[in-house]
Amino acid sequence: MSELKKYLVKSNDEIAPGVFVLKYKRNFSFVPGQVVAISLNKDHSPRMYSIASGMQDEDIWILYDVRPGGLLTPPLSSAKAGDFIFASGPSGNFFGTALPSTWIASGTGIAPFVSMWRSGLREGKILIHGGRFVHSFYFEDEFKDKLGTNFIRCCSQESAEGLFPGRLTQWLMEHDNLPADRKYYLCGSAEMVVDTRDILIGKGIAYENIIAEIYF
Amino acid sequence: MSKEALFGKTLSELQSIVIDLGLPKFTAKQITGWLYQNDITCIDEMTNLSKNARLILNVHYDFGLTPSSKVQESVDGTKKYLFPAGKHKFIEAAYIPDETRKTLCVSSQVGCKMGCLFCMTGKQGFQANLSAGEIVNQVRSLPEKDELTNIVYMGMGEPFDNLDEVLKSLEIFTSDWGYGWSPKRITVSTIGIVPAIKRFLNESQCHLAVSLHSPFEAERKKLMPVENVYSLPEVISTIKNFDFGRQRRVSFEYIMFKGINDRPRHVKELARILNGIRCRINLIRFHPIPNTPLKSSDEKTMEEFMLALNAKDIRTTIRASRGEDIFAACGLLSTRELVKRENSDY
Repeated sequence: MSELKKYLVKSNDEIAPGVFVLKYKRNFSFVPGQVVAISLNKDHSPRMYSIASGMQDEDIWILYDVRPGGLLTPPLSSAKAGDFIFASGPSGNFFGTALPSTWIASGTGIAPFVSMWRSGLREGKILIHGGRFVHSFYFEDEFKDKLGTNFIRCCSQESAEGLFPGRLTQWLMEHDNLPADRKYYLCGSAEMVVDTRDILIGKGIAYENIIAEIYF
Repeated sequence: MSKEALFGKTLSELQSIVIDLGLPKFTAKQITGWLYQNDITCIDEMTNLSKNARLILNVHYDFGLTPSSKVQESVDGTKKYLFPAGKHKFIEAAYIPDETRKTLCVSSQVGCKMGCLFCMTGKQGFQANLSAGEIVNQVRSLPEKDELTNIVYMGMGEPFDNLDEVLKSLEIFTSDWGYGWSPKRITVSTIGIVPAIKRFLNESQCHLAVSLHSPFEAERKKLMPVENVYSLPEVISTIKNFDFGRQRRVSFEYIMFKGINDRPRHVKELARILNGIRCRINLIRFHPIPNTPLKSSDEKTMEEFMLALNAKDIRTTIRASRGEDIFAACGLLSTRELVKRENSDY
């Protein structure tokens, strides 16, 4: 992780209850899937966040949800355009490829896939996104039209047309013949990643084809 | 509402507490003596404190010990203790007696966020960080505590994902006012969270162990998702750039998986990346967990791997398997006890 530098906040919008997109000007190159460390103060331990913007976007986008009692996200959610934050350069190697692949995300774990998608990694992709509520499918407009039926939204606590009623792990359990000749990229909580990985392995996907990023 | 525990507080924390309560500052040192150098279990037994001091402490604090709720014993003498850690949550501590060494393997978190493919604890997901008191309690509430020679932070959880509390617990174990252990008898293991490794190396004198499991980034990331965030070269370079001195030790843990990380090319690459680090490698047999695609390397392969590394001047040993009949190392007991989590967001 590189040294933290000061950045001017361009915007910090609440896109769903308790979920924000922070934007600041990009002055570095990165590979979709990489993370940056964010802090409000140079003396505090920063937290890692996946970049959600594309390689060509003018700004860096950070998708985050507010963790009640957390040291960073409650004050971060109050940041306004013109405030300063501290951020590292990009790091990490959760890289997507142009090859056909299945992306599986829960909650804000969608961020690296938004970045990959906006950076042009679109062909042959299947996206499975799990969320609790109808409003939990952040950036769904990016994917809906282009991916069509290859965009599967699994909603565990509400129902609506076009949404699979249940967790994404349930969707996976109910579907056999998952393609084995592709990579599966997982991003989300530890619980989602370990449960999903077990299901995929149980359905014959080689563990070498499962690449996971866990937020911690 | 339950009261806050005194057990697990550092001397400086206790000094703040007693000052806030209007007690003399020296009371803090008296309390540490009772907490960490005596066998009492309640504030009323702190007999060199004034009655008034005990009364005030009792109003706001509990002593804070938690006995184990279950124990399993292996035929080889290894014992696995289960401790409650909040509602429906449990942690494990494994007591591993050897001829001269009596080691306790302590947990630092309930569950774990790291999701390593080979780990049973990871299947619980993450539930909570342990407080310093809950970490130290695993030693204090152990029936065999007076026999212990070593402590290893290799139980449930990633210690460096809970570094503040782990550092506090180390301070309690190693301070004169605490247990007075030599830091050379304590090893903290990590999967390689780089900023925390740097902080640990600077703020503690205890030994460091790093879970390696493959010298190749691409292969390691399939076993350990953390590789996607903190890469192996970054971990190795952090270690190479730190002066461990003559007493402090760094070791690498290497679970051997059949056909995956046990080939001659792994020996060659290990020798390359560890060149210049005075270290030791512990080869570990893999004890399969439910639904795992991984298998342990056979004995012959492990022996050859060890000899090949030793031939390259890397001190390598095969760790003796202990407590296999009680799954001493894998978080199975606490997973069985865990009440299935609710409200996951996926």
